[in-house]
Amino acid sequence: MTTIPIPRSDPDPNGSRAHAQLERYPIMRELPDEGTLTTQLLAPLWTSHPAWKWLFLASGALSLLFLFAIGVTFVRGIGAWGNNIPVAWAYAITDFVWWIGIGHAGTFISAFLLLLHQRWRASINRLAEAMTLFALVNASLFPILHLGRPWFFYWLVPYPATMGVWPNFKSSLPWDVAAISTYFTVSLLFWYLGLVPDLAAARDRAPGRTRRRVYGLFALGWHGSGTEWRHYRVAYTLLAGLATPLVVSVHSIVSLDFAIAQLPGWHSTIFPPYFVVGAIYSGFAMVLMLVLPVRHVFRLHNVITRRHLDHIALLLLVTGSLLAYSYLCEAFGAWYSGDLFERYTMLTARTRGPYAAFFWIMTAVNVLTPQLFWWTRLRTNVVVLFVVGVLIWVGMWLERFVIIVASLNRDFLPSSWHFYAPTWVDWSLLAGSVGLFSFLFLAFLRWVPFVPVSEVKREQREIAWESAYVDRDGAMPEVMR
Amino acid sequence: MHITCAVAALFSPRATTIARSVIIAGLTLILLIPAMAMGWVRTPWARGEHHTVVQPIAFDHRIHVTGLRIDCRYCHADAERTASAGLPSTKKCVACHSQTWMSTSLMAPIRRSLETGRPIPWARVTQLPDFVYFDHAIHVGRGVGCETCHGRVDRMATAEQVAPLTMDWCLDCHRNPGPRLRPLTEITTMGYRHSPSDTSGVRLVAQGDRIRRLTDCTACHR
Repeated sequence: MTTIPIPRSDPDPNGSRAHAQLERYPIMRELPDEGTLTTQLLAPLWTSHPAWKWLFLASGALSLLFLFAIGVTFVRGIGAWGNNIPVAWAYAITDFVWWIGIGHAGTFISAFLLLLHQRWRASINRLAEAMTLFALVNASLFPILHLGRPWFFYWLVPYPATMGVWPNFKSSLPWDVAAISTYFTVSLLFWYLGLVPDLAAARDRAPGRTRRRVYGLFALGWHGSGTEWRHYRVAYTLLAGLATPLVVSVHSIVSLDFAIAQLPGWHSTIFPPYFVVGAIYSGFAMVLMLVLPVRHVFRLHNVITRRHLDHIALLLLVTGSLLAYSYLCEAFGAWYSGDLFERYTMLTARTRGPYAAFFWIMTAVNVLTPQLFWWTRLRTNVVVLFVVGVLIWVGMWLERFVIIVASLNRDFLPSSWHFYAPTWVDWSLLAGSVGLFSFLFLAFLRWVPFVPVSEVKREQREIAWESAYVDRDGAMPEVMR
Repeated sequence: MHITCAVAALFSPRATTIARSVIIAGLTLILLIPAMAMGWVRTPWARGEHHTVVQPIAFDHRIHVTGLRIDCRYCHADAERTASAGLPSTKKCVACHSQTWMSTSLMAPIRRSLETGRPIPWARVTQLPDFVYFDHAIHVGRGVGCETCHGRVDRMATAEQVAPLTMDWCLDCHRNPGPRLRPLTEITTMGYRHSPSDTSGVRLVAQGDRIRRLTDCTACHR
């Protein structure tokens, strides 16, 4: 196999400072030849990390807790939760919005950034897409559990039923069903399509006949001909085109679950963009939480460079600032409306009500922490990034909790005000969903090529080609754009 | 790139055919299973129609309704007044049967009921789900004949469910009750025929001002 050496251009003496920085943080560095790179990226499939088994067992135990809490919910009904009128929605819907929001970063990376020719997506897109899928599995469970009689969830689907009525299309529940099932289908197809060439690579390199046959089965007979690659690129780009509007539409629809209600704190036209921004924000926070340990454990510093971390941090800064603006707009809208209830909910109940502590933590975390990323040094400091990732991850859960519970618990009639407290089932469902996510994600890390081998090699070749071209021409490299 | 086959092939030549067949079969099943389920719930078996319900006494409606011409409301006396149509008390059975059949083995449960004072444990034939609010009085009072839901009871050796009792079936009438109503004098008539000139149903609907509310969720789900 021939290797194209990557020409290293000399630092441009006339280049701008930004250019110099980009040179310092390339999207791939010190890459070996392609064969060695494939070996490096597929190596985690053949050997298990000593800690993996214990983490896998621990997350499996948490998943069992999830299953148990679901069982309790099935048998005892919603009464097992802390919900009660007027707080009819609480933890389950908070968890639902939180998980589905997290999923958005994966689609953003895989689809948006693909269409925008952002090369840095290549090394982390598989991981982020897996995150999307597993987050969606969790997200879709919560509204179903919330139905009261979850085994009749299919009543939400418009099918020719003997009931003689269609689902209420004016209700946001069927909208959610349509949005989430579309999202899951497109995400799964996109993820799997991207996997096919890498599964074929795993098939060709797997030790032992059984593993080769298993990977071979899932590789669907891929053998890497030119025709196959051409079809693959077309399908991949088409799916990216399909997935791109979903980044915006799915969480807009989720936000309408709230915005179409007349409750102060929910009934606001800013909700769709506000939710979409928050979704991408929380998703990138979780991407950081996943990418940093994976990069460290599997020594992926050559394909997931500081450049990636820098870009994720910048996206957190952008979405975090947009979110701060949304918070401000929400409060301003309530004040400007002059409506007694709007003003009370947004300005008094949130800031001084029973859940004020959560409101202030959420505001501090979600608004202030991303502002750290104005400094390049902090954008590439892995400890800072990980801590901020976790903080935002929690902060965004709190945001949904505040929106839902702090709006419901003090509605129009003070006589019906009610303090909400979760039960152990609520806590178990939340912890269990994190467990299930970890379980699925650890399985993914163990058995699936989690860095796109073929994508990375493709980018490597393009960069090499462009660098060579640029060197001859003497112009500023386009590569790092 | 040259591929050399130094090792045995991973899959046999038939593997592709098998894999494709499995995928096609899987997709077909995904479509077929819900389709079959949808078909199944539309069959009388799934709905419990014409299903024989074992009763404590071999009561024959044919003899009582067709033979003796007893009005439905003689035994199911509450149909016009309450939600439940009601079943006759043991004493009501005995009122006639003290003169006849009382000593036969067929009547043993009635004799036992008389002695112990415990009612006869009739088995329910037409069972609506618990989440449906149903009131006999309003249906009978507005011109829904017994026959409309319970069928030709006068021809039944053992009472059986004849209506599908699906929500679709309820709504069918709730959306357009007019043609199915009959004059109140014909409520218990079996084999009633709507003549084209009979507009009593339509008139009943015209009298009632609440027709639109018949399709509100809360009309039945309270």
